[in-house]
Amino acid sequence: MAALDTDIRDGVDRETVETVQAMSGTYKYGWSTDIEMDYAPKGVNEDIVRLISEKNEEPEWMTDWRLQAFKRWKQMAEPEWAMLNYPPIDYQDQYYYARPKSMAEKPKSLDEVDPKLLATYKKLGIPLKEQMILAGVAGAEDMPTEGRKVAVDAVFDSVSVGTTFQAELKKAGVIFCSISEAIREHPELVKKYLGSVVPITDNYFATLNSAVFSDGSFVYIPPGVRCPMELSTYFRINAENTGQFERTLIIADKGSYVSYLEGCTAPKRDTHQLHAAVVELVLLEDAEIKYSTVQNWYPGDAEGRGGIYNFVTKRADCRGDRSKVMWTQVETGSAITWKYPSCILRGDDSQGEFYSIAIANNAQQADTGTKMVHLGKRTKSRIVSKGISAGRAQNTYRGLVSMHPKATDSRNYTQCDSLLIGDKCGAHTVPYIEVKNNSSRVEHEATTSKVDDDQMFYCRSRGMGEEEAVALIVNGFAREVLQALPMEFAMEAQQLVAISLEGSVG
Amino acid sequence: MAVVQTKQDLVESRIAALAMPEGKAWAKVARQDALARLRAMGLPHRRDEYWKYTDPTSLTQLAASRAALHDDSDETPVFAAIDRLRLVFVDGVFDPAQSDDPALAGVEIMRLTDAMAMDLHWARDYFGKLEAQGQSPVARPLAALNTAFATDGVVIRAIGVAEKPVSLIYLHRDPSSDAILHHVVRVESGASLTLLENGPAAARFNKVMEVSVADDGVFDHVRTQGRDHERRAVTHVFARLGARSQYKSFTLTANGVLTRNEHVITLTGGDASAHVAGAALGDGASGAFHHDDTVFITHDAERCESRQVFKKVLRNSAVGVFQGKILVKPGAQKTDGYQISQSLLLDDDSVFLAKPELEIYADDVSCSHGSTTGAIDETALFYLRARGVPRDVATDLLVLAFIDEAIAEIADARLAEDIRHRLELWLGRRRQG
Repeated sequence: MAALDTDIRDGVDRETVETVQAMSGTYKYGWSTDIEMDYAPKGVNEDIVRLISEKNEEPEWMTDWRLQAFKRWKQMAEPEWAMLNYPPIDYQDQYYYARPKSMAEKPKSLDEVDPKLLATYKKLGIPLKEQMILAGVAGAEDMPTEGRKVAVDAVFDSVSVGTTFQAELKKAGVIFCSISEAIREHPELVKKYLGSVVPITDNYFATLNSAVFSDGSFVYIPPGVRCPMELSTYFRINAENTGQFERTLIIADKGSYVSYLEGCTAPKRDTHQLHAAVVELVLLEDAEIKYSTVQNWYPGDAEGRGGIYNFVTKRADCRGDRSKVMWTQVETGSAITWKYPSCILRGDDSQGEFYSIAIANNAQQADTGTKMVHLGKRTKSRIVSKGISAGRAQNTYRGLVSMHPKATDSRNYTQCDSLLIGDKCGAHTVPYIEVKNNSSRVEHEATTSKVDDDQMFYCRSRGMGEEEAVALIVNGFAREVLQALPMEFAMEAQQLVAISLEGSVG
Repeated sequence: MAVVQTKQDLVESRIAALAMPEGKAWAKVARQDALARLRAMGLPHRRDEYWKYTDPTSLTQLAASRAALHDDSDETPVFAAIDRLRLVFVDGVFDPAQSDDPALAGVEIMRLTDAMAMDLHWARDYFGKLEAQGQSPVARPLAALNTAFATDGVVIRAIGVAEKPVSLIYLHRDPSSDAILHHVVRVESGASLTLLENGPAAARFNKVMEVSVADDGVFDHVRTQGRDHERRAVTHVFARLGARSQYKSFTLTANGVLTRNEHVITLTGGDASAHVAGAALGDGASGAFHHDDTVFITHDAERCESRQVFKKVLRNSAVGVFQGKILVKPGAQKTDGYQISQSLLLDDDSVFLAKPELEIYADDVSCSHGSTTGAIDETALFYLRARGVPRDVATDLLVLAFIDEAIAEIADARLAEDIRHRLELWLGRRRQG
């Protein structure tokens, strides 16, 4: 490994690290996809784990934590229970670390930015000003903002490349930065909470993430603070053969509130790319977190070539009484989605909500759902899942509702509906219901149907095209979930629903 | 399938403790095939996904656990008022002396061992065949074990409209009996048959019934799994249904330390219909109570209908399990699939575990499932009490109303009435202590 060490320690690389750090808040990089990247060698081993830790200038406790996770991971087996079919992943044939090498050129205005990229941002619902900041348009940060502000943390391949509005957030006492920065600047918080919701022993993909995560976002909302703007992370996988392993940790202290948006994209590649993220939410008494995701990783082409393998562990721990978490997800991308945002309702009177739209078209496969673990008294949860399958796609809802003996007077309502478009796709429902006390009520309903002929006829007879009509009907089908999204996001999500289903009819 | 060494050892020691009964070539082949399947699958274990909620140890261990005999002479046996052809098994052995003459208009009945002693018999097309088809996509090793080692059973062939129901009565007389029974039922085209089953059978009971219903055939199945507190049972029904055929099954279970009832039904012909219903009254006070309904319905033809209705009333740490699945294969358009599993928890110690699944590969279908769990409705209880009905009587009334949706699945009104009566009797007896 000696050659590797000299390689990563050469001048260019140091510069890269410094540039990335210096950029916080004013990332001036044009989002062309041909970026020179610094890679660590392919594969994962202890040295790579140490290297990632070293690159992030992490303290020793963090390196040890990662190594422990890696040791554990080597003993684990990849889970096979999901209804997903994919060739075995060669974990040694991936890059586990990549970061942009140079950020020399910056566009002067939005006109110079790749219009496709801007369209992507627009789909993600990122407001114009933030689009400019993220696109690296010079001076964008100083321009006046119209309407509602959203602070954005952008993660490009493995590295957080910029966080906007940090100063303004600081005034409110909110910490919003990359996780690598948090490890350096706020070790006491990270030490206390990292891995406390998703431990390093949790599952195959989360454990791998614990060992090799290179960056991600960190949020801390102090007691009683209502975060003055929506926070957002924007993830993009750019480099080829690179796995992205980001880690998000959000701590909502007593009585605080934050709304967090997450968007993801990746370029078209013929090979599959691995994405294994971990999101941990900690909620103390009376805290509330709204976590919204629009996942639009590259889904692969119509033949199933390429696309992201998305294995994500997301979990919220409602530790405090009366805390409330709401997961909303619009899953339209990825070749494979394996994702179960969960709520541990530990505090009495805590609440968990899960709203999901999962669209699988062409050769996509999605196995997604949620877990609601009721531990505290009078806890409430609500699950609304809408699965839409088209082309040759397979879409599975998998969920757990568990009422522990002590979770008395609790309540769950689950509704999962599937819509099939075309006769080559599949829609599946695999709920687990475990009730261990009788003062709680659990209700589960699921339906599967196709786009109604009468509804189609109604739309068509009013002059709508077939695809337009399907998009309208699907949006109506998914309305309950779309309504749970923050407004800007909801508008864009509706368009995304239409785009994802392109070519699914006729 | 890779079977780990310890699992292999377990299955080998279980096999060594059993003797394969004699039979002609076709029977031998069927049994050897089943044995090979069992070896490949291994015995079920709590770690298996399909046994996540039910511990199969007492079903797979070498000898049956002792089950004290239950005296039910305090009531007339169920179905006693129904005119039927009675076939009696005592601890898993056919007893001709207590049984009626098996001659019945429209039906051919023979003991399984007699059929297997014949070089040619219609049952060869079904024995072990339907079970083997039901082993995919989910393994059911205890059914393969049954096919390989079943010591008795009947083969029933309906060639016309059966004059009266065939009633299988399982008596339990030996506290450590371990019975393995295997029945084969063939309902020919346009024929119809009602099959009744009742009684605990043995301390441990492993039963497989293979049912083939030809086009336009009608098969009705009603069973009760008696009041014995300590018995254990695992039963499988493997059914294949032809075009326009109708299949209806209802099971009433009260008591028993462990019951696992599996239904594996495949609709192979267009316009067929399958209804499977069950009601379980679980009371853990008389020992443990664990009841597991596992249903797997495959739609492999167009315009078929399936319905699953399962109700459980649980108290005193009773555990109720429901694993239900509707699989709609590609091309099985116009499928109508419905599934409901509900439990009423009468106290805070009882547990309901459910996994209601849908797996759908055709678009023009209407499939739905629902599952609810909760306590008895206090408002309804209040209504009855305000009208002078004592609390325990009011509770039982609401229990009866809750279960009735499952009983309504019984086609024959007389049988449904008999089941309702039985249920009232059991609830009433419980009230009086």
